Amino acid sequence: MLLYIAPVFLPLIGAAIAGLFGRLIGARASQVVSCLAMGIAAILAVIVFDRVAIGGEVQQVYLFQWISSGGFEVDWAFRYDALTAVMVFVVSIVSFLIHVYSIGYMAHDPHIPRFFAYLSLFTFFMLALITADNLLQLYFGWEGVGLLSYLLIGFWYKRPAANSADIKAYVVNRVGDFGFGLGILAIFLTVGSISYDAVFSAAPDLAGRSFEFLGGQFDILNVVCILLFVGAMGKSAQFLLHTWLPDAMEGPTPVSALIHAATMVTAGVFMVARMSPLFEYAPVALAVVTVIGAITAIFAALIAITQTDIKRVIAYSTMSQLGYMFFACGVSAYSAAIFHLATHAFFKALLFMGAGAVIHAMSDEQDMRRMGGLWKLIPVTYGLMWVGSLALAGIPFFSGFFSKDIILESAFAAHTGLGQFAFWAGIAAAALTALYSWRLIILTFHGKSRADEQVLAHVHEAPPVMTIPNVLLAIGAIGAGYLLLPLVAADGAFWGDAIFVLPGHEALEAAHHVDFWVKALPTIVAVLGIGAAYLAYMAWPALPGAIAARLRPLYLLSLNKGYVDELYDFVFVRPAMYLGRGLWKQGDGAVIDGVGPDGLAAAALVLARRAVRLQSGYLYHYAFAMLIGLAAIVTWYLLART
Amino acid sequence: MTELANPNYLAALPEMFLAAAAAVLLMIGVFVGNRSTTALTLLSALAMAAAFIMVLVAPDERATAFGGLFVTDTFSTFMKCLVLIGASVTLIMGLGYVKREGMARFEFPVLILFASVGMLMMISANDLIALYIGLELQSLSLYILAAFRRDAVRSSEAGLKYFVLGALSSGFLLYGCSMVYGFTGATNFEAIAAAVASGGEAGAAGPIGILIGLVFIAVALAFKISAVPFHMWTPDVYEGAPTPVTAFFAAAPKIAAMALLLRVFLGPFQELVEQWEQIILFVSIASMALGALAAIGQTNIKRLMAYSSIGHVGYALVGLAAGTPEGVRGVIIYLTIYMVMSLGAFSCILAMRQKGQMVEQISDLAGLSKTNPLMAFSFAVFMFSMAGIPPLAGFFGKLYVFLAAIDAGLYGLAIVGVLTSVVGAFYYIRIVKLMYFDEPAAPLDRPIGVELSVVLAGTGIVTVLFFAYPTPVLIGAQAAAASLFP
Repeated sequence: MLLYIAPVFLPLIGAAIAGLFGRLIGARASQVVSCLAMGIAAILAVIVFDRVAIGGEVQQVYLFQWISSGGFEVDWAFRYDALTAVMVFVVSIVSFLIHVYSIGYMAHDPHIPRFFAYLSLFTFFMLALITADNLLQLYFGWEGVGLLSYLLIGFWYKRPAANSADIKAYVVNRVGDFGFGLGILAIFLTVGSISYDAVFSAAPDLAGRSFEFLGGQFDILNVVCILLFVGAMGKSAQFLLHTWLPDAMEGPTPVSALIHAATMVTAGVFMVARMSPLFEYAPVALAVVTVIGAITAIFAALIAITQTDIKRVIAYSTMSQLGYMFFACGVSAYSAAIFHLATHAFFKALLFMGAGAVIHAMSDEQDMRRMGGLWKLIPVTYGLMWVGSLALAGIPFFSGFFSKDIILESAFAAHTGLGQFAFWAGIAAAALTALYSWRLIILTFHGKSRADEQVLAHVHEAPPVMTIPNVLLAIGAIGAGYLLLPLVAADGAFWGDAIFVLPGHEALEAAHHVDFWVKALPTIVAVLGIGAAYLAYMAWPALPGAIAARLRPLYLLSLNKGYVDELYDFVFVRPAMYLGRGLWKQGDGAVIDGVGPDGLAAAALVLARRAVRLQSGYLYHYAFAMLIGLAAIVTWYLLART
Repeated sequence: MTELANPNYLAALPEMFLAAAAAVLLMIGVFVGNRSTTALTLLSALAMAAAFIMVLVAPDERATAFGGLFVTDTFSTFMKCLVLIGASVTLIMGLGYVKREGMARFEFPVLILFASVGMLMMISANDLIALYIGLELQSLSLYILAAFRRDAVRSSEAGLKYFVLGALSSGFLLYGCSMVYGFTGATNFEAIAAAVASGGEAGAAGPIGILIGLVFIAVALAFKISAVPFHMWTPDVYEGAPTPVTAFFAAAPKIAAMALLLRVFLGPFQELVEQWEQIILFVSIASMALGALAAIGQTNIKRLMAYSSIGHVGYALVGLAAGTPEGVRGVIIYLTIYMVMSLGAFSCILAMRQKGQMVEQISDLAGLSKTNPLMAFSFAVFMFSMAGIPPLAGFFGKLYVFLAAIDAGLYGLAIVGVLTSVVGAFYYIRIVKLMYFDEPAAPLDRPIGVELSVVLAGTGIVTVLFFAYPTPVLIGAQAAAASLFP
C-alpha cells in the first residue's frame, strides 16, 4: 500500500520542504531534501515496475473520498497497471537524474530552493496525472503540470522573454485544456461517472450512439475523443497548438529537459493511450489523431533544419517525435507510442542536458552560429550528444531504432490510406531528423570556432554532478530499447487490460510481419540524412546557403516556423488586444469610470460649487428663495388639485 | 369652560419654574452686574437641571393645561429632556469662550433660559396661539443671541439676517394660522383635527384653504429647522454667531422646532398625511442633497457644520415622510443621536484656539493627531458617526429612518438618502484625513479646558458605545412616538 502511495507523495513532501522552508534550511539542504525524496521515489518506482509491469500485479489503491455531491462521486485513488508502471518508472528516474543535474546547472542561481521546489512539485503533479483512477484526478495532475510549466518557464521572471513565453505556454495550454474539460464533462453527461472503470465499461455501449447538439446529430464517442485529443494537442504541442513549446526554451535547461522533453509533453500521449478503450470505438477521432500526428512529425522536422538556437532545434525535434507517438496511437499501436515515449524520454533528456552542458560551457550562448570546434574542448559532452543523436535518428542498436521502427511499421501495417500517409510522412521526418541532428552536432562541435576568444577561454567540461546523470541517461538511451522491448511484443501480453485494442485494429501485430524493405527504410533514410548533413555542413559548407538562396520562400517559411505565430498573432492575439484595449479605454475608462466614479465625483464637485454660489450673502436673495419655495409648493398643490 | 377654572398649572410646572428662574436671574444680573455672569451661567444650568427633573417626575399620561392650550405627554417629556440637556450642556461648554472673548454679560445665560422656556412651550403647544407664543419667545431670544457680540460685524450681521428672515417666516406662520382658523374655525389642535376630518366648514373650498394654510405653516417650521429651500440663513448665522451660540443653535432649537413640526403634522393635520407628505419628501430630498453637496466647498468649520445640520434635518425628515410610528420613532432617535454628535463636534470646535485666538478654518485642524491625539480621535469619531459609519451611533440614526422609509414603500427616498450620505461621507472623512495624514499646521492650544474635556468624553463615549446599549433610547423613542398616534 505505502509502496504505491510513496512514489507520488515523496516529491510533494520534498517540494513542500524546499519551497516553504527553503530560506530557513538554505540552498544546499533544499537540494539534498528534494533530491533525496526524488531518489527514494525513483527506487520505489523501480520496485513498482517490477511488481506491476513484470509481475503483472494490477493494483487499485483507494485513499479517500474526494467529492460527493448528488450523483457525482469522486475518490482519490491510484490505479497501478502496466501503463502506469511504465510511466512512473520513466518519469521518476528521468526526474531524479534531472534533479541531480540541476544541482550543477543551477549552482550560481540565487533562487535554488524555489527551483527545486518547483521541480519536485511538478514531478508530483505528473505522477498524480499518471496514477489517476478517474478523469478528475487526471485533470488535477494535468492542470498542475500546466501551472508548474508556467512557473518554471518563467523561473527567471526578470527576463521579459521568459515572462511572455510562460504566458504563451499557459494560454495555449488553456485552449487545449478547455477542450479536455469539455470532453470530461461530456463523458460525465453520457456515462454519469468519471471513474475509469465505469467509463471504460460503458464505452462499447456508447459506440455508434449519437446526441443532438444545436440541431445536428453527433457521434458521442467521436466528439468526446476529439475533445480529449484537443487537450492532448495543447499539452503535447501538436500542430496548431504547438507554438508554446519552442518559446518555452526560455526556461532553464533542466526544465526543458524535464518538462518539454521527458514528461509533461508526453502527458497527451499517455492520456490517449489510457483512453484507448474510448478511442478504439471512435474511428473519426483516431483518424484525426493520425493526421495531426503525421503533420506534426513532418512539420516540426522541416522547421528544425533551419533553426539556429541549439535548444530550439531540440524542441522542434521533440515536437516531431511526439507527432510519431500520436500517429502510432492513431493506428491503434498505443504500445508502440508508449515504447517510443519511454525511449524518447531518455535520449531527449540526454540531448537537452547535453545542450545544457554546451550552453554552460559557452557562458550561456545558445546560438549555434557562434559555436563550432568544441569537440576537443568538451569531449565527454560531445560523446554524449552523439549517443543522444544516434538514438534520436533511429540508428540500429540504439533505443530510438526499436521504437521508431515499430511505429513506422505499425503505420504501414495498418493498411489504411491515413496509415500510408503517416508512414511516408514519418519516413521523410526520419530523414530530416538525422539531417538536423547532425547539423546540430557539426555546427556545434566541428569546424572552426566562431565564438570570441573570451568565451572560448572559459569553455570547460561540466562538473561531475552534471556529467554523471548524463552518462546514466546515455546508458538509458542505449539500453532502454532492449529493456522495454517486451512492450511491443506481438501478443501484447505485457499490457494486460491497460491498453485496449479492438479486434481488427491489430496494426502492431501486423507490424511484425511487414516486408523487409519497410523495416530497413527508416535506417536507410537516417543514414542518408547523416550523409547529407556531412556533405552540407562539413564537406561543402557553401551548399546550405546556396540551397537557401535558391529555395528562398521555402527557407523563410521554415525559418519563420511556418508563420503560425504570425498567423495567430493576426487572427487571435491582435483582435483580442484591440478588443481588450477598446473595452479598457472606452468601456471601462470612458464609460464606467467616466460616468461612474470619476463622473460622479466630478459632478458632485460641480454641483458643490454651484450650491456654494447660491449662498450669495444678500438678504434679499435669501428672502426671495423662501418666497419662491413657498410659491412653488402652493402652485404644486393648486395644480395637483385641478 | 371648566378647564379655565382648573388651569392645571402642574402640567406646565417646568416651564413656569424656568420662566420664574429666568426672571429672578435677570434681576440678580441687573443688580450685580456682569461679574455675576459665571454664577448666573451655573445657576441657569442648575435651573435647567431642576426643570429636567420636574419633566421627568411628571406623570406619563397625557394632560392638558390652560384650557387645552398646553399638552404634556410622553413625546413632550422625551423632547423636553433632549432640549434641556442640549441647552444646559451648551451653556456649560460656552463658559470658557464667553469669558475669553469678552462676551461675559449677564444677559447671555438669561437669554438662553428664555429661549429654553420658549422651546419647552413649543414642544407642548396644543393650540396655534400657544405655538406662536412659544416660537416667538424662542426666536426673539435667538435673534439677540446671534448678535450677542454686537461689536463684531459678522455677529451683528448674522443676528440681523436671522431676525429679518425670521420675521418673514413668522409672517408666513401667522398667515397660515389665520387661513387654518378661517377654514376650520378653530385654533385648538384637536378641534382643527376634527374639522379637517369632517372636510372643513366651508364645504368644497375648505380642504384647499386648509391645505394652503398648512403649506404656510410648514414653510415657517421648515425655516426653523433650516430645511432647504428655507435654509438660507443657516450658513451665515452659524458662521457669524459666536461659537457657543452656534453650538446652542445646532443642539436645542432645532430639536424643539422638529418636535413642533412632528406635533403639528401628526396632530391637527394627521388626516392630510398624503398632502403634507409631498412637502416633506421634497424638502427632505432637497436638504439631503444640498447639505451633502454644498458642504464639500466649505473652508470654515462652522459653515460646514451648518450644511451638515441641513443634511441631518433632511435625514430626520425621511422618517417623518414615512408617516408611521416607526418613522417617527426613527426621527426621535435620529434627533437624539444628532444632538449628542453635534454637542461633541462643537466642543471640539470650541477647543480650536491658536495662541489664545479662536480659529475656525478647517485647515487649522491639519495634523491634529500629532499635536493633540485625544481630541483628534474624538473629532474623528464624531465625523465618522455623522457620516454614518457603523458601529458608531450616527449609523443607527440613519438606519432607523431608512428602515421606516423602506417599510413605508419610499424606496426612492431611501436610495437618495443613501447616495447623499455617500457624498456627505466625503467631507466628513476629509476632515479625518486632514487631522491624521496631513502635515501639522500651527498646533492648537492645550489644555482645552475641563468642561470641554468632560463633554467631549461623555458625547464620545455615547457615540462609540451606543450600539452596545441602545435600549433606553429605543424604548423612550418608541413610547414618545406612540403617544403621537392616539
